[in-house]
Amino acid sequence: MSKVLVILEVAAGKLRPHCLPGITAGAEIAAKSGGTLQLLVLGADPGQAAQAIAQAGYGATGVLTLAAAGLEPFTAEAWGDAIVHAVKTTGATVIGGSASSTLRDALPRAAALLDAPLASDIVQVKSANTFTRPVSAGRALLDVQVNAPITFFTARGTEFEPAQPGNAVGVSPLPAPTVDARGVQVKGVQKTESSRPALTEAKVVVSGGRGMREGANFKVLEQLTDLLGGALGASRAATDAGMVPADLQVGQTGKIVAPELYIAVAVSGAIQHLAGMKGSKVIVAINKDEEAPIFQVADYSLVAKWEDAIPRLIELIKARRSA
Amino acid sequence: MKILVTVKRIPDPDESLKFGAAGLDYSASKWVPNAFDEYAVETALRLAEVVGGTQRLAEVVVLSICPENQRQHVTQFLAMGADRGIIVDADPDKLDTIAVSKLIAAVFKKEACDLLVSGKLTQDNEGNQVPQRVAALLGLPQACFAAAVEWDQTGRALTVSREVDDGVETKRIPLPGVVSVDLRIVLPRSVRNGSTPATHAYNEGPRLASLKGITMAKRKHVAVLKPADLGVAVGATEHTVAVTAPPKRKAGQKVKTVEELVEKLAKEAKVL
Repeated sequence: MSKVLVILEVAAGKLRPHCLPGITAGAEIAAKSGGTLQLLVLGADPGQAAQAIAQAGYGATGVLTLAAAGLEPFTAEAWGDAIVHAVKTTGATVIGGSASSTLRDALPRAAALLDAPLASDIVQVKSANTFTRPVSAGRALLDVQVNAPITFFTARGTEFEPAQPGNAVGVSPLPAPTVDARGVQVKGVQKTESSRPALTEAKVVVSGGRGMREGANFKVLEQLTDLLGGALGASRAATDAGMVPADLQVGQTGKIVAPELYIAVAVSGAIQHLAGMKGSKVIVAINKDEEAPIFQVADYSLVAKWEDAIPRLIELIKARRSA
Repeated sequence: MKILVTVKRIPDPDESLKFGAAGLDYSASKWVPNAFDEYAVETALRLAEVVGGTQRLAEVVVLSICPENQRQHVTQFLAMGADRGIIVDADPDKLDTIAVSKLIAAVFKKEACDLLVSGKLTQDNEGNQVPQRVAALLGLPQACFAAAVEWDQTGRALTVSREVDDGVETKRIPLPGVVSVDLRIVLPRSVRNGSTPATHAYNEGPRLASLKGITMAKRKHVAVLKPADLGVAVGATEHTVAVTAPPKRKAGQKVKTVEELVEKLAKEAKVL
């Protein structure tokens, strides 16, 4: 019987949507062990956000809060301490959440302090203590069995459905933790401003690769992206060449996406790029090189120059919409 | 200042995987250094050297957990410019992440290092947790997924630009501390040490070993330790119980024109 605790992230008093698949993973672990699921909200003043989350419940038995001034802005040091405190106070045996940059930073720290293993980036819950995780850029799947009194996990957001609202539950504050940020100072996050949906949450992703040649050429991809209400992505070759900001990178070393529709334009399809998008439902590849490896994973392959194909594609989609 | 850099050898990620009866079969694999560890060594060298001068601001020590007789990657990093090596003689694939982290933390302490620079993950296992764990075990601050580092020598601190989901976070950590590096740390101006002229632009990527470096590497000292020397009990909390190839995608189809593509996306795939 596991006592599962899923760590949530909030912004402006609201649950961040990327946390929802992590709740589902936690719920599956709880279900497979006949255990319980609780949600934890941390922050300087997490009460209001916790109330809103508790209203939706998400299938959990309760929402816990941990309040301390040192928990905002996020630092792995303070969060690591707070999560350890929460585990000790609640007796949780399985702790995890969505594999965001926040939890990938903080959870291994907490796990080490508790001498506990962590199964990272899991894509499937096989049993209460056996998890499937991809390795080697998604070319193999390992079923890892973890045998320890306390286990941590992070779940790949694209592989679990977002948790759905359910019955409302109560909020219980935990005693305040002592946190030590170990002298670090966070000077802020420079956000990439965008009116588009987040890459990892978009239903449509349009990515450009090396063949786009320069940043200015991404304009036409942006037009297509906005027409489809999607997010713009890029291959590592394009971000390394400075055509677009680094946080648009899709791949093993960038963001993992799995939209309904992924359109790869002038992307050759290196293994590390495929690792970030091959879970997409429908993949369209447009490349002038018919030997490009991207065509091996594409549902629809079009050998064409982007200069010809993309403007035409925009035109035809617009025509359909107005028809 | 003493910088410890962790390095691992991995099966060449560009070779195709062989699925054996008892898991992945690496018996015929070519072994190469993990790319992120090359970036980590490059980061340490840029911090340690003064371009245009002869002064050395830090000693760079590379640490690898590997069978003692399979140390070619360590030699490669010494040829690149690291000052000396430490090998913990063990098969890393037989250790769990907890043990690996404890071994690294023990070496860091034994050597009284000021900074651990680590790749953010290894391309084979992709665990993405060892540097964070080492920082926790040592009670040190951490700056993970670093895209740029600036060393404030007088303030004994690093200002690190970290790649996070929303953009780039700037975090200042006092030393001693732990940094894990992401890809963009090896861009021409990503590492600043306050002594190399601020106008200096490095070649992109990790440096290649020079001929002189290769000759010198043979003379550099490599200490060999056993896990027991470091007082670390080797546990086994994780077991791989199965390895499978991911399901293949169904074969796709070629379309000849943009018109055909739009037609199929609308009527067949129903995504437009």
